[in-house]
Amino acid sequence: MSRTSTGLLAGLALALSAVTALAQQKAADPAVIAKGEYLARAGDCIACHTAREGKTFAGGLAMKTPFGTLYTSNITPDPQTGIGMWTSDQFYQMMHNGRFPDGGLVYPAMPFASYTKVTREDSDAIYAYLRTVPPVKQLNQPHDLTFPFNNRSLILGWRTLFFKEGEFRPDPSKSAEWNRGAYLVEGLGHCGMCHTAINALGGSSQSQAFEGGLIPMQNWYAPSLTSNKEAGLGDWTIEEIVDYLRKGVAAKGAVYGPMAEVVYNSLQYLNDEDVRAMAIYLKGLAQGTSPEKPAASLPSAESSLLLSLGKQLYDRECASCHGASGQGMPPDYPPLAGNQSIQMVSAVNAIRMVLNGGYPPGTAGNPMPYGMPPFAHRLSDDEVAAVVTFIRTSWGNRGEPVSARQANELRAATLN
Amino acid sequence: MTLRLVSLFAFLVWVALPFGAAQSQTERAPDTMAARVLACASCHGADGEGTSDVYFPRLAGKPAGYLYNQLIAFRDGRRKYPPMNYLLDFQTDDYLKKIAEHFASLRPAFPPPSPPTDSKEILARGESIVKNGDPQHGIPPCSACHGPTLGGMEPGIPGLLGLRAAYISGQLGGWRYGTRTAIAPDCMQIVASLLTEDDVKAVAAYLSSRPAPADPSFAPHGSLAMPLECGSEPH
Repeated sequence: MSRTSTGLLAGLALALSAVTALAQQKAADPAVIAKGEYLARAGDCIACHTAREGKTFAGGLAMKTPFGTLYTSNITPDPQTGIGMWTSDQFYQMMHNGRFPDGGLVYPAMPFASYTKVTREDSDAIYAYLRTVPPVKQLNQPHDLTFPFNNRSLILGWRTLFFKEGEFRPDPSKSAEWNRGAYLVEGLGHCGMCHTAINALGGSSQSQAFEGGLIPMQNWYAPSLTSNKEAGLGDWTIEEIVDYLRKGVAAKGAVYGPMAEVVYNSLQYLNDEDVRAMAIYLKGLAQGTSPEKPAASLPSAESSLLLSLGKQLYDRECASCHGASGQGMPPDYPPLAGNQSIQMVSAVNAIRMVLNGGYPPGTAGNPMPYGMPPFAHRLSDDEVAAVVTFIRTSWGNRGEPVSARQANELRAATLN
Repeated sequence: MTLRLVSLFAFLVWVALPFGAAQSQTERAPDTMAARVLACASCHGADGEGTSDVYFPRLAGKPAGYLYNQLIAFRDGRRKYPPMNYLLDFQTDDYLKKIAEHFASLRPAFPPPSPPTDSKEILARGESIVKNGDPQHGIPPCSACHGPTLGGMEPGIPGLLGLRAAYISGQLGGWRYGTRTAIAPDCMQIVASLLTEDDVKAVAAYLSSRPAPADPSFAPHGSLAMPLECGSEPH
């Protein structure tokens, strides 16, 4: 075949797909578009596909990974630089199977390993919605990956190990609510991207689903959702979980770190029924009841010194908000006594909250949150270790002591 | 036990229960802006008066429009300082406006001016730039926009008194090197890039040596004829 005729054919194919895309755009009914917008919120597309002060869905956000920097893509309907030429089949193929229209492999920073569970109908609704957002002409920035990760064929290996294609299959032995929650958490919510540990190959193991892990590059620990020792929600009421997910604050604790982004951009927009369904599913993930609290395993001379310094600092800097007995003033000033987030095996989050402070996200349900001040500039490594050790081991809390070295290492953690 | 005693007991339980339940509920935080922005206190003081750390500015009494612009710029990354960028990441415009208005409304006492550590010549050079600018190099006087009393102008121009030399030179440096940017046209970026290192040092030394203003208020919007266009102070 001559080059001209190949070109002609390619042109024809392009024109045809554009016509198909146009026809689909015309056919989309407003209810489907509204549903798609809602589902795009549930999938938190905006968080990655919009750069700071950038145009909505035009991509260009730098995502630092241990393998280099990826730049997110333009998903506006611009025909040249966005996904304006894509058909709903091609969109579904990307969501479901992690492949571009030309068959190329998508880097798994795009959570297609979760989105594969999304139904065709929901994928089509998101597609219909994305066709209605303002098109932005903005070329995708090439990824900046280090050798050998700049070789896309490596994704094949990753897929063999970590990707299991397949729509969500409801469990008939569970309630409709539970199944809806499971669908949202495992699919669009892509909670497993952070709450399942990422191994050295950049994959998550299904056998460790929702068991927690350190988020690479960000230096926040995504707690286990299955263990009541961490963020397992077995001891939380459904109301408390709903508040936490939608408002960002609840009687038992507040959202912080990367989870604040999820609540701010995604969860606060979900309706009551869906958040409740997620809460029911999440509560069910937690295995068994809380283990018995072991006696504090501290009393070496060094630890008691650490603790007495910690108590002194706590009374001076923390007690006015968090209370003399760590009871807090929930939900505004979170309780520290019994707060699972403080007692986890990983002390990373507790140390970082003391160093960096933080605000829960401003949400419709909690538009003016109360904040925690940073102490990085006021407390030495020893003092940070002392006060974190104190809150991790007081009032029945069963965390382990932390060292000044651990505190020091987290001073260099990336803030945003 | 007679029926009467039982019912008396039941009555007592009924009266006492809600009381006990109310007692066991923990206290709520005060429903005030001051309690909400306590997170700012460890660097800026509980009333925005500043702290002993010379790199952190006083916030109190600056025009709300200026403070709001800074909060937005930190949130959106236009002004780069990771601890602030991080804290404001997920706050709404409405809330940032309330925070700005809160600090703008406060009038805590000014700190005593820093005893000058620089030579008379340096202070004189600073005073000259602040009051007269450097026409030869196209540098306008600070007072042209920040007011003859240096108290700032509504809505977007801050007062310059009550700040420490380290903070002032840090900000001028930030404009020169692009870590601090404002809405275009970024007039302070233009001014700062015209200043030499020595000019920056002199201006910072002079401003930080000035006593507290007798009347710590800002000039009304449009009352000063500004020598250059500023995106953050629209006409």
